[in-house]
Amino acid sequence: MPLTTSTILICAGGACISSGETSVKEALQREIKKYGLDEVVRIVETGCMGACSLGPIMVIYPEGVFYQKLTPQAAVKIVQEHLLKGRIVQEHLYKMPTGEVIPEAMDKLPFFAKQVKIATRNVGYIDPGNIEEYIARDGYFALTKALREMTPDQVVEEIKRSGLRGRGGAGFPTGLKWELTRKAKGDRKYVVCNADEGDPGAFMDRSVLEGDPHTVLEAMAIAGYAIGAQQGYIYVRAEYPLAIERLETAIAQAKEYGFLGQNILDSDFSFDIEIRIGAGAFVCGEETALIASIEGKRGQPRVKPPYPAQSGVWGCPTVINNVETFACVPPIIIKGAEWFRSIGTPNSPGTKVFALAGKITNTGLVEVPMGITLRELLYEIGGGSSTGKKIKAVQTGGPSGGCIPAEYFETPVDYESLQKLGAIMGSGGMIVMDEDDCMVDVAKFFLEFTVDESCGKCTPCREGTRQMLKILDKITSGEGTEEDLEELERLGNIIKDTSLCGLGQTAPNPVLSTLRYYRHEYEAHVKEKRCPALRCKALVRYVIDSSKCVGCTACARVCPVNAISGELRKVHSIDNDVCIRCGSCIEVCRFGAISKVSP
Amino acid sequence: MQDVCTTGERLFKELDEYIKSINATPDKLISVLQKAQEIFGYLSPQVQQYIADALNIPASQVYGVVTFYNFFSTTPKGKVQIKVCLGTACYVKGADRVFERFLEELGVEPEKPTKDGQFSVHAVRCLGACSMAPVVLVGEKDFYGRMKPDMVPRIIAKYREVKS
Repeated sequence: MPLTTSTILICAGGACISSGETSVKEALQREIKKYGLDEVVRIVETGCMGACSLGPIMVIYPEGVFYQKLTPQAAVKIVQEHLLKGRIVQEHLYKMPTGEVIPEAMDKLPFFAKQVKIATRNVGYIDPGNIEEYIARDGYFALTKALREMTPDQVVEEIKRSGLRGRGGAGFPTGLKWELTRKAKGDRKYVVCNADEGDPGAFMDRSVLEGDPHTVLEAMAIAGYAIGAQQGYIYVRAEYPLAIERLETAIAQAKEYGFLGQNILDSDFSFDIEIRIGAGAFVCGEETALIASIEGKRGQPRVKPPYPAQSGVWGCPTVINNVETFACVPPIIIKGAEWFRSIGTPNSPGTKVFALAGKITNTGLVEVPMGITLRELLYEIGGGSSTGKKIKAVQTGGPSGGCIPAEYFETPVDYESLQKLGAIMGSGGMIVMDEDDCMVDVAKFFLEFTVDESCGKCTPCREGTRQMLKILDKITSGEGTEEDLEELERLGNIIKDTSLCGLGQTAPNPVLSTLRYYRHEYEAHVKEKRCPALRCKALVRYVIDSSKCVGCTACARVCPVNAISGELRKVHSIDNDVCIRCGSCIEVCRFGAISKVSP
Repeated sequence: MQDVCTTGERLFKELDEYIKSINATPDKLISVLQKAQEIFGYLSPQVQQYIADALNIPASQVYGVVTFYNFFSTTPKGKVQIKVCLGTACYVKGADRVFERFLEELGVEPEKPTKDGQFSVHAVRCLGACSMAPVVLVGEKDFYGRMKPDMVPRIIAKYREVKS
């Protein structure tokens, strides 16, 4: 067999696929075959490399050259120049804002260089469909070590000492969860992986499932050994078909290699994993709701205690951890609790994966040590605002989280610090907002989400969030009063205190946190009937600047409701009674003559 | 011999085979419903009753589960389903305007199919491709990223052609 001279890792994460990865890969394959290189050049489709804004991307080894924004034409050129002649194709290298090009961007770009990868250590480096590549990077070594050298108590102890906390949001100590389940009485116990990643704006679990599915299986088996379970379930959302497919392949391979099934690695430990596919209910991310859904019922939460550690799936003691939490387990078993504790902060050891999205230059996935400041995360790694306008706030924790204003960007990112600011770590979504985003509108957006997703079981959440949304509707349509703001706060606090589950208890956070930091924006809506960010339709008018309008008629032609009138080469005008504020006219005007104003 | 099975009977047979193949017990209800929706396109009262009988559970329990989860639909959807992501990242980048434009161009209400049954437009929560926001998913696989309202007519035209 001829030796491989080059290996191409091409990112097949969601963003790269949607920006044309498939056609780039096909062009590479065609061209490589054409020049007879198909025996010596290997193409590997990996999971998400994280730099989603640059996609499609790939890295060619052994040189480690990073190519970005690829097209099929670029692929042809790279084969002809780079692979055949050893010449790096300059125009698809990463360019710094200074103009400097960086061939080995994976090592040198701040976006990559500042990251510390534990949970996503293999994502983007291996072929997720090939168990041997996982094994080559220490895969299943942790399981082997646990089974051969450690007792279940020692495994629990190691995870406890590592200080690992749940990465799904609340940050409950993982080791303690395992210990409680281990000690709980019951013949049958279960391990559940919560892969129902429902927070809008978070996609790290998807990336791990698609890019490194075996790490989840290995960690679940370790958990099974530690607590005394023989069966595991992965509850994954139906919106992630590729993740489901990769998990199915991985489970079949792991069984074939003897890492799952009867008498794993010749021990007397047996463990199996089944996939359960969610059916689209945000509340199923809540552990008791998820358990109900696994059992085939409506995914409604129930009162705790008893906690799943006592009574989970089929009433048996159950450990539930999120994907990212599980992904941290194998490295902890291999390298030890002290190593893990040496990263991050004393109360929040280790790393956290964040999904950077919204108005930020480097959108994508990053894994950083806990305790990094928001400024480092958003500016040094994220590259700052993508719109040229100032970043106003970052929203963390999805519908359960809050908005953190720019004044607080020196805050270290850990569970407690974010909570103090009225936000939460959540699953790690970070949505960056600039001056064009109205904080009242953002709060309303999240509340619409929770109203939709409230399961309806308890009154504070079902009725309370609906009333809050009504008030916000009133405010954004210019009919709010100052009493409404008081009422929002009062209602929000009641819902927080009296709801049954985490969804309801955190649902008011987006409203309460924006009221806390952006009360002036609420007041502008209420007192002056003005939307400072020009976002709330009812409070905005469209106007044409007569000094800039040349009368090209483009706006009048695009207006769907014929609200714009004017003759050719004469200044046009907009009838704001007819206008539906769709914004199409601003988009087509090449002279910057149309703008929005709020009284 | 001529095949005397009607389409409906054939579909029920397919569902029945699936139920038998997984040895369905009541805890597999969600999987069975997912398969049924894949086969029939939506979950009519007849289909729900059929599943209730097959799993030996009350129809009310099936209905309760069907109406709880967003994934299940009790009315037909369009042949081509257009899913506009209204997750946070997409929303702050103007996905609401993309969504409205789809409805406007097709002259439909959300979730309801067009008169010819070709399209239906759905608002979905986070497709997990936030870096490409705003994102639209047409059918099961075709992703469109960095969407602008202006791109809507071209996308619709593309899937109209598929029909003819």
